[in-house]
Amino acid sequence: MNKSKLESLLLPFIGIAFCVLVWWIIAGKSTITQTKDDWGDVVTITKREGLSAELPTPAETWTASREYIVKPFAKRGELDQGILAFTWLSLKLVAQGYVIALLLGTPLGFCLGLSKTFAKVCDPIIQILRPVSPLAWLPLGMVLFLSAKVTIPISGYIYTASELAALFTIAICSMWPTVLNTAVGVRAIPQDYLNVARVLKLSKTKTLFKVLVPATLPYMFTGFRLSLGIAWLVIVAAEMLTGKPGIGGFLWQQYNALSYAHIILCILTIGVVGFVLDRLMSLVEARFKTA
Amino acid sequence: MSFLEVHNVRKSYAGAHVLANIDLSIEEGEFVAIIGYSGSGKTTLMSLLAGLIKPDHGTVKLEGREIAGPGPDRGIVFQNYSLLPWLTVYENVALAVDQVFPQWTADERRKHTEKYIRMVNLEPARNKVPRELSGGMRQRVSVARTLALEPHILLLDEPLSALDALTRASLQDEISRIWQESRKTVVLVTNDPDEALLLADRVIPLSAGPGATLLESIPVHLERPRDRRTLLEDREFKRLRNEIVDQLLGSKKTPTAALTKKLVLPDIQPEDISITTSRALFGAKRKAKRPGEKQVVKVEVEL
Repeated sequence: MNKSKLESLLLPFIGIAFCVLVWWIIAGKSTITQTKDDWGDVVTITKREGLSAELPTPAETWTASREYIVKPFAKRGELDQGILAFTWLSLKLVAQGYVIALLLGTPLGFCLGLSKTFAKVCDPIIQILRPVSPLAWLPLGMVLFLSAKVTIPISGYIYTASELAALFTIAICSMWPTVLNTAVGVRAIPQDYLNVARVLKLSKTKTLFKVLVPATLPYMFTGFRLSLGIAWLVIVAAEMLTGKPGIGGFLWQQYNALSYAHIILCILTIGVVGFVLDRLMSLVEARFKTA
Repeated sequence: MSFLEVHNVRKSYAGAHVLANIDLSIEEGEFVAIIGYSGSGKTTLMSLLAGLIKPDHGTVKLEGREIAGPGPDRGIVFQNYSLLPWLTVYENVALAVDQVFPQWTADERRKHTEKYIRMVNLEPARNKVPRELSGGMRQRVSVARTLALEPHILLLDEPLSALDALTRASLQDEISRIWQESRKTVVLVTNDPDEALLLADRVIPLSAGPGATLLESIPVHLERPRDRRTLLEDREFKRLRNEIVDQLLGSKKTPTAALTKKLVLPDIQPEDISITTSRALFGAKRKAKRPGEKQVVKVEVEL
C-alpha cells in the first residue's frame, strides 16, 4: 500500500476517533453502587455523572442500538422497526417529494432562464419563499390538504393529509436549488450553440430538446444534487411533526421515550444516508459534465 | 446583379460605428478573402452576411433576395467551431443534415452525412465527442457540418485562427482542395495575408476600425492549384502581399483622442484674471471697506 492510500484511510480514521473520544469525555458515566438497606435487602443505585450526565457513552449507544442494527429490517411494530426499515420508509417519502420538486422546478427554472420578464415577475416571490423553514411549511401543508383525499389508481393506496403535507413540504423546500441552477444554466448557454440552432433554423421544440436542455444538463444536475440534500433534511422535520414512522419519527419518539442512545443512532443513520445519496448524485452529475 | 450584393451597409454597437459604407459584390463561384486587423469588425461583417444580426442601414442581398435572418443556405463556419459538445462527430453533422433535408429517407441522410465526414477525413473519429478531438479536427467537423448543408455560399469566419501553424497549413490545403472540387462561392475572413493569397480569387482589405470599411479589392491571378512552397518564392505573390499590407497600414488612422464625458476643470491661472474695473465685477453693491475683508465673487466663464 502506498503512502497516499494509507493517508486517505488513516487520516479520516483519526478524525472519527477524535470525535468519538470527545463524545466519550462529554458523556455521562454510570456508577453502580450496591448497598444494603435497613431491612437487609440489596439496593442497586445507578448514578450518572459527567459533563452531560444523560448523554450515553459510545459503548452504551452501541449496546442499546445493536438490536436495530443487527436486524435492520425487523418489524416489531409501527414505531419499533429495524433502522434500515425506517430509512426505507423515509426514503420512499423523500423520493416522491423530490420527484415532485424536480417536475415543478426544472420547467420553472427554464422559464426563468429564458424570459427576463418572467424572471423579474418571479424573483421577489422566490426570494421570499426560499428561506422559509420546512417547519413553517408543514402546518400550512396540513391545512391545505386537510380534506384532500388522493388515491393512487392502480394500487389503491390512499395518501393521508399528513403524508400530503409532508410531500408538499419536501417539494416546496427542495425545489429551489433546481430552479435557480437551471435558470443560471440556461442563461449561461454560449451564444455559439444558439447560433447553430438559428443557422439550422431548428424549431422551438427542437432547439429546446437538442440544444437548450443538453447544454443546461450539467447545471441542472448540480441543482438536483443540492435539492436531494435538502429533501433529505426536510424529511426528518416532516416526520417529527406528523409522527409518521420513519427515521425522523423514530428519533422523536425515542426522545419522548427517554431512550437517548437511539437519538444518536438516528442522527448517525441520517448522516450516513445523506452522505451516500450525495455521493450517488455526484456520480450521476459527473456523468453529465460535458466539455 | 451579383450573387451576393452588399450595399451601403452600416452597423453600430452602443453608438459606435463598427462598420460603415460597406459595399461588396461577389460573383457565383468566386472565392473572396476579406482581410483586416483583429477587432476591426470582420466577425460583425460575417454575422451580417449570415443574417445573425441586422444592418442599421443598407441592404444585404443573396441571389437577389434580401437576407432576413439566418438560414442554412448560407453555411457559416465559426471561429470557435461551435460544435455541440454532447454530440459525437457523426451526430453533430447528422443534426444539420436531418434538419435541412427532412424530405430525404433516413438512409439517404445517413449516406450524405457519412460522405461529408469522409470528405474531411474524419471517418475514424466519427463516434468521438468534440472534447476528444484536437482543435484542427474540431474545425474539420465544423466544416463538414457546414458543407453538408449544401449551402449556396460558404462563410468562413477566421476558421483557422485558433490553430497552430502546422495544422493551419494542412487545413488550408484541405479547404483549397474541397473548394476546387465544389467551386462554391466562398467568403473567407482572415487576418493572415498568406492564407488569403493561397486560397482566394480576390482579396479585399478591411480598414482599421472604428467605422471600418472595405478598401479596393486586389485580384489574385495566381495559378491554381497553388503550392505553398513555390508560392513563397513567387514574385507576383510577394507583390500582392506587399500591396495588401500597404493598404492595411495606410488605412490605420492615427489614434485620435476619444471624446468622453468627463468633468474638466478650466485651466485658469490667477494671473489670467485681471480686474478691469471693480465696478464691472462687483456691481455697485459693495466695496471692501477694511483691508483683509473677504469678498465672495461669482464668476461665470464660458468655455
